[in-house]
Amino acid sequence: MSEHHFELDARRLLCPMPVIRTQDRIKTLKPGDQLKVICSDPGVLVDIPSWCRIHGHEVISSDTADSIITITILVR
Amino acid sequence: MSQQQRKAVALISGGLDSMLAARVIKDQGIHVEGINFFTGFCVEGHTHAIRLKDRNKQKRNNALWVAEQVGIKLHIIDVIEEYKDVVLNPVHGYGQNLNPCLDCKIFMVNKAQAWAWMEENQFDFIITGEVVGQRPKSQRKETMPLIARESGAEDRLLRPLCAKNLPPTLPEREGWVNRDALFDFHGRNRKPQMALAEKLGFSEYSQPAGGCCFLTDKTYSSKLADLWQSRGERNYEFDDIMLLKVGRHIRPKPHYKLIISREEGENHYLSGYRKEFISLESKSCNGPLALLDGVPRDDDIEQAASIVARYGQGRDLPEVLVEIRMKDGSVTELKVKPLPADEVLNSWHV
Repeated sequence: MSEHHFELDARRLLCPMPVIRTQDRIKTLKPGDQLKVICSDPGVLVDIPSWCRIHGHEVISSDTADSIITITILVR
Repeated sequence: MSQQQRKAVALISGGLDSMLAARVIKDQGIHVEGINFFTGFCVEGHTHAIRLKDRNKQKRNNALWVAEQVGIKLHIIDVIEEYKDVVLNPVHGYGQNLNPCLDCKIFMVNKAQAWAWMEENQFDFIITGEVVGQRPKSQRKETMPLIARESGAEDRLLRPLCAKNLPPTLPEREGWVNRDALFDFHGRNRKPQMALAEKLGFSEYSQPAGGCCFLTDKTYSSKLADLWQSRGERNYEFDDIMLLKVGRHIRPKPHYKLIISREEGENHYLSGYRKEFISLESKSCNGPLALLDGVPRDDDIEQAASIVARYGQGRDLPEVLVEIRMKDGSVTELKVKPLPADEVLNSWHV
């Protein structure tokens, strides 16, 4: 089954809104899909991986450049 | 015949009580999942994200952290719009400030119930970390049945930490949970919860007794009341309540106020609102960014500029150049004398 790549722009949102948007978006995706979440609140560096751990999804990369954080999640 | 595993949804605030309640029920073999409601008035995360001086503090969502400690899933629900009615029209009134704690609890149990009974979720009961007598407004012996009744959860609402002080609920009567293994905590004494936390192996937990809502804060509530008064109506948008968390709020005249940043992080945050507000910033020396909320008249802009200059490094200079940016991006500059400290009236501070 081919995987699909999706993107979510959560810049200017403060936690927990990026987590809520991520949660709601992942509900619409299938196992194997990847979601790239772009954020500006550094709180996501803790909160999105935490949300992924408790829901069984996998953070496959996390990068910060010019105060913009990009987290890629593999949907399980 | 094998017994069906029962399912409970736990209201998780991120504090100690809800953590203990969820764990106690999970330990009885119940499948527990957490639910957390984001009203827009939650304290910690936002101020940490906005203010530079707080950026070294630990940043985490306590509800998520609690869920990880207990080993349960957590669903965070955005209730910003629906929650307005709780704040604006609380049937049971406010607490000391603009905190509608009792209506808030009824609302959250009701929302949890609506979520829990959904066909795709199929939960059997709801648990909270409430303790009889712990809160003067919402956690009293007489409010416990009221919350159960008015939320619609009725006897499917179980408070594991004080269950023995209350009539048995459906999960206890049906034997889904063992009432004997629940607790009889009451009052404001936190020692029983701390002892239970230690027994369960929780060495770390957030603020033991809530305090996570801006509406319980006197200063914040004053700002919200001022917002309603100045607009002539009791209403708010999400950005309004976010901006009440940021900066100095100074209202020199009834028809306008200034939101003046106190440090670089707030400067950065307020700059994101430049298309929604007139903004002012000192140009000839370092100074804060300020947003002007309202419709300025006549010489208001000059007065606002002299107030903004007063909070910058040029406060003692005879003249400061202030940039005024309109919502459409057009810019003008104004030379003003910074307002002396004694001319910024105490009554202006919201």
